[in-house]
This record gives sequence, C-alpha cells and structure tokens, in this order.
Amino acid sequence: MFNWAEHRLLWGAIALLMTTASAAAAEPGHFGYGTTPTAAQIAGWDIDVRGDDGVGLPAGKGSVSQGESVFADQCAACHGTFGEGEGRFPKLAGGNGTLKDDRPEPTVGSYWPFAPTLFDYINRAMPMPTPHTLSSDDVYALTAYILNLNNIVPNDFVADRESLPKIKMPNHDSFVWTDPRPDTAAKPCMSACIDPGAVKITATAEGNGLTPKTTGPLDNMQPK
Amino acid sequence: MNKRPQAAKRGNVRPILWRGIRGRNLPVISKLAGQRNVALGRRTVLGLGAALTGSLALGAESAHSETSEMSPPADAPWSQSLGAGVVDRPYGTPAEFEAGVIRRNVPWLTAGTESSISFSPLQSLNGIITPNGLFFERYHAGRPDVDPAQHRLMIHGMVERPLLLTMQDIMRFPSVSRIHFIECPANGGMEWRSAQLNSLQFNHGMISCAEWTGVKLSTLLEEVGLKKEAKWAMVEGADGAHMNRSLPLEKCLDDCLIVYAQNGEALRPEQGYPLRLVVPGWEGNVSIKWLRRIKLGDKPWYSREETSKYTDLMPDGTSRGFTWLIDAKSVITFPCPEKPVSGPGLYEIRGLAWTGNGKVKRVDVSVDGGVNWQTAQLHEPVLSKALTRFTLPWRWDGKPALLESRVIDETGYVQPTIAQLRQQRGTNSVYHNNSIQTWQVKADGSVFDVQLG
Repeated sequence: MFNWAEHRLLWGAIALLMTTASAAAAEPGHFGYGTTPTAAQIAGWDIDVRGDDGVGLPAGKGSVSQGESVFADQCAACHGTFGEGEGRFPKLAGGNGTLKDDRPEPTVGSYWPFAPTLFDYINRAMPMPTPHTLSSDDVYALTAYILNLNNIVPNDFVADRESLPKIKMPNHDSFVWTDPRPDTAAKPCMSACIDPGAVKITATAEGNGLTPKTTGPLDNMQPK
Repeated sequence: MNKRPQAAKRGNVRPILWRGIRGRNLPVISKLAGQRNVALGRRTVLGLGAALTGSLALGAESAHSETSEMSPPADAPWSQSLGAGVVDRPYGTPAEFEAGVIRRNVPWLTAGTESSISFSPLQSLNGIITPNGLFFERYHAGRPDVDPAQHRLMIHGMVERPLLLTMQDIMRFPSVSRIHFIECPANGGMEWRSAQLNSLQFNHGMISCAEWTGVKLSTLLEEVGLKKEAKWAMVEGADGAHMNRSLPLEKCLDDCLIVYAQNGEALRPEQGYPLRLVVPGWEGNVSIKWLRRIKLGDKPWYSREETSKYTDLMPDGTSRGFTWLIDAKSVITFPCPEKPVSGPGLYEIRGLAWTGNGKVKRVDVSVDGGVNWQTAQLHEPVLSKALTRFTLPWRWDGKPALLESRVIDETGYVQPTIAQLRQQRGTNSVYHNNSIQTWQVKADGSVFDVQLG
C-alpha cells in the first residue's frame, strides 16, 4: 500500500517525465500563451511589400502628375521640389553614373535596386512627422513621381501592384547579396613588422574643427 | 598654451564645486565647462581641453587632492555633516561630478536628432557593461514612448499557428539572460576617408554592451510552428518608421533573443521598451527595437534599410548587401583624446575588444605605430559576442608615441589596418570600418586621432 508521501513522490516523478517529454517535442502551441490574431488584426499590421517581386502591394494606383502635387504638399519641404534634398535631408533624384566617383551620390535613381521598396518605405515611414497618414493611392502617386524625377518612368506612368514589380532599376545588377568577408588577411606579426622609417602620419583630426566638445553641456556645433 | 595656466585656474574653481554640492546645484559642472571654454577658446577643446576632461571626469579625486580645506590634514566638509537619507533619490543617479559623462551627438552629421545617432562616452566607462542611461541611441523616427499594456507582438506568415502576444504572455515563456554588445555598423564610418573626429566617443561610441533578458526567438518560432517553405523572417518595429529588416532563418534559430530587460531592469525606451530583438554579433540595425511583428517568408524583403542603407558601396560601383557580421575590432580607451597622459611614468593602457564571430582570443598593443607588438592581458569574463577588456602596463618615456591595438578572434581573423581595408573597399562604403585605431601621443601628453600611411 502507498502512504501519502510515496504517492506524491510517484505522481511527482510521472509529472516530471511528462514535462521532460513534452518539452523535448516542443510542438506548436506547447505553451499555449497568447491568442490567434483575427484576419482584421493581421490586415491592419501586414503592411510589408517585398522589394524584388512586389508581393504585398495593395490595391490602388497613382500617376506621376498626382504624385507631383502630393509631393509638393507632403515632401518638398525636406526633399526639395525636384527631390534635390534640402539641407542634410536625402536627395532623391540624380546622381546617375556617380557610384564610382570620389564623391558618389546614391539616390533612388542611381542606387536603389528595387522599385517596390520605394512604395514600401514611403508607406511605412513617410512623411517623417506624420507617418502612416497617406492613402495607398497617394503612396503609389509619390512612387510614380519620384521614379519619374529619376527618368525611370515616362510622364504618363501609373504606379500600381502590376506596374511597379516590372520596373528594372538602373543599379539593380550592381548588388551582390552574399557577404565576401573576410576580405583582408592581416597577419599577427609581433616584431619589426614594418620599417620604422615608413611609419608616417597621413591624416590627423587635430585642429580640423569637426569634433564637438566631449565635456560640459551638449555641443550644437555646425561644421566650419 | 600649456597646461600651467589651467592648473592655476583649478584653484579658483574648487570652491564653486563645493557650493554646488551644498546647494544641490546640479548644473554646476556644466557651467564650469562653459566658462572654461569661453576663457580658453576652440583650440583648447581639441587639445588642452582633453586634459581638462581628464581632471573633471576622472573626477573628484585629483581635483580634491589640491584643495587645502578639504584634503588632509583637514576633515572634509562632507565628513562634518549629515548626509541625505535613503530614498532621497528613489531611483539613483550618478554623482554630480559625473555630469559630463553623457551620450553625445555630432550635430552636423544628420538633418535632425530624430533620425540620428548618439555615442556612448567610452572614455569614461570601465568594464564591459554599458550603464543603461549611457547606451548609444539610434533612431529612424525618434524614440516612441510605448505603453506596454497596449503593446503586442504578432508572429504570422508562413507559420502553422499565427500568434498575438501581450507583454505578459511573452514574459511567461522560458527566459534566458545573455551578455552581448550591439554595434552600429556605421561606427567609425566618418574615418573611411580620413581622420576626422578627434575623440574616442565620436569615433567608437556607437557600441554598447548589456546583459539582456528575454525569450529565445527559437522558442517563439517553435511555438508558432514553421512551415516548410519558411526561410526568412521579417522583423518590424512599432516606431514611426516601422523599421524593418530581413533575417535568415538559421540565424533566428541560432542565438537571437526577444528581450524585455537590460542590465536587470526593463529595457529603456531608447533601447526599445518594452520589447526588442537582439541579434548577437550582427550589425545593430537588425536588432529591431519596439518590436511589434515577425513575419515568416520564403525570400528576403529587400527593405529600404537593407538596400538603400546598410549596403556597402565598393570602388568598382558594385554594392555588397546582407553584410550583417560585425568583424573583430578593438580600441584603446585609455589613453585617448579625451583622456591624455600627464607626464612620463607608468600607465596602464586599457581597451575594449569584440567580435561578432564568437570570442576574442588575443589582443596585441603597439606603442610605435605597428612596428612592434606586445600581447595584452584579457580580463574575465571573455564572453561570446560581448565586449572584452584588455590592459597592458606601459612606461611612457615622455617621447611621442603611436598607440594601437589589434584583436584576433577565435576564428583566427586579425583586425586590419585602415590601409588594408581601403585596399579592398575604397573609401565610400560607410559601414563596417573595423580598422585599427591609431592614437598619437605627443610629448606634452595630449592625444590625437591619426591615420598612418
């Protein structure tokens, strides 16, 4: 006959075995926390648009000319009327053929590899002070306008879920999507590694007026 | 100018500091710094200013030693009074003398502060853990102040069982704690072309390290059940930019964490409160803050942050995408431009090393610009994908010196020079500058950011 203590010990052992067994399996729903999101909940947040094939682009459309007026209202204050960029805000157009230059100008036209990414980014992050306030039609229109500023689409272009994935961006083929690093093969030499006479300072930050203060209150310095 | 006039000035300064403490006058140190800069001018900020930093931030100690009425034989005023009681500061704050130890930004670097970066004051930190209030910040649409009761994490896409989790739900899952660094891959990005910023904080402060507590991403992915076609995860924030990146599934299942705590307390809003992703050893941008959504798919998303940004432009006009790994890097944190040396004698060279590829195996230090090297001592704990401390005693003879550190990680990878990196990548790749930092020590002890040919 079991006494109570033995009884509890046995059940404890069984419970432990069961726990171990089920933890190892880790079937979906094992913990059972949380809820299943409703279709409406998913739809509200499911905003992503895939860059290379446009999967996720919503219904709606927008033309270059519609985009021009939305851009003037919503974007030009920072990005300039023709996407030239005000102050240090990003330039959106131009820079073609500059990527090998000493001072390259990467813009939507000269750098971005995928057109649907432009829709996705405007839709998820712009305009910066009031994000997620534009309709899909407005976002399509802005996408069309910015592509047109870069001479990638004609004046009568209409952006929608069919037309955007078909655009091949000028810099598309310049991207390599695998990491070639390590691309250096430094050796851990310990003594007489280089000719002491060859050790030359080629650049110094001393006195160039670019460094904010690192003492006292925050420094709001602007470059000289 | 030399340092003498300053030493003389210090004498006047001390009583003000003391009045500050008595009157609980917080901005005293800031005011002081302001006065000094007015008096000494801009060049001082770059040169002698560094020496000044030393005396202020190294603290109280050196300052007090010259003060007759507070140092031996006198009994200090704080020894002759009753101090503040418990819960005088219910949430503790640093000593008032440390008021200059703060995150700082480079205002001319970005259009505004909302899509910008601030730097950790590495010159004033010790150990491998970054205090929560000094962890570097990077925002793309400012810092959202998220209500944890309303916050949700949605996991959907190519899964068997889509899930919507509250913070309470997430905290019920089995928890783990891990110490990992997070580094923005643009750390040191301003130095690709030339030596630009004469500062440890501004050249290397886009890195911080903390103990993170949360649930393994693999636990959550097992809970939802992955469909066979699932190969990638899209992770997205609840900030105004809905910052998003793609991650290969292998990394998600390997060591990624969904965390709600940082160094023992809830995440700071600046670091993603109430929930963030931590992707150990990879560029900080993928460690999405204010995490609201994980969607599984069969291909990467090619979001703006992994096409237009966070790709590396090469001299031949091609660009590298998906360069996530943080290669091994190290830097000497003392001496540095903000913490110069003060006359010949014995010093301890101190620094930090890290690698996204596991553990730091060895750090070598050179004081002659890379001609000869000595192996530094690594300090425990040496953890995978965490900051690691190193030190080396150095007797400075008062002659000009060129200090460098070089890390070797457990894969055998050796930290390159900037010249070696430029040979491969030119000067326009912005990200992933993990080159050896050279500090020039001048005969007067001042320290400058330089590059060698």
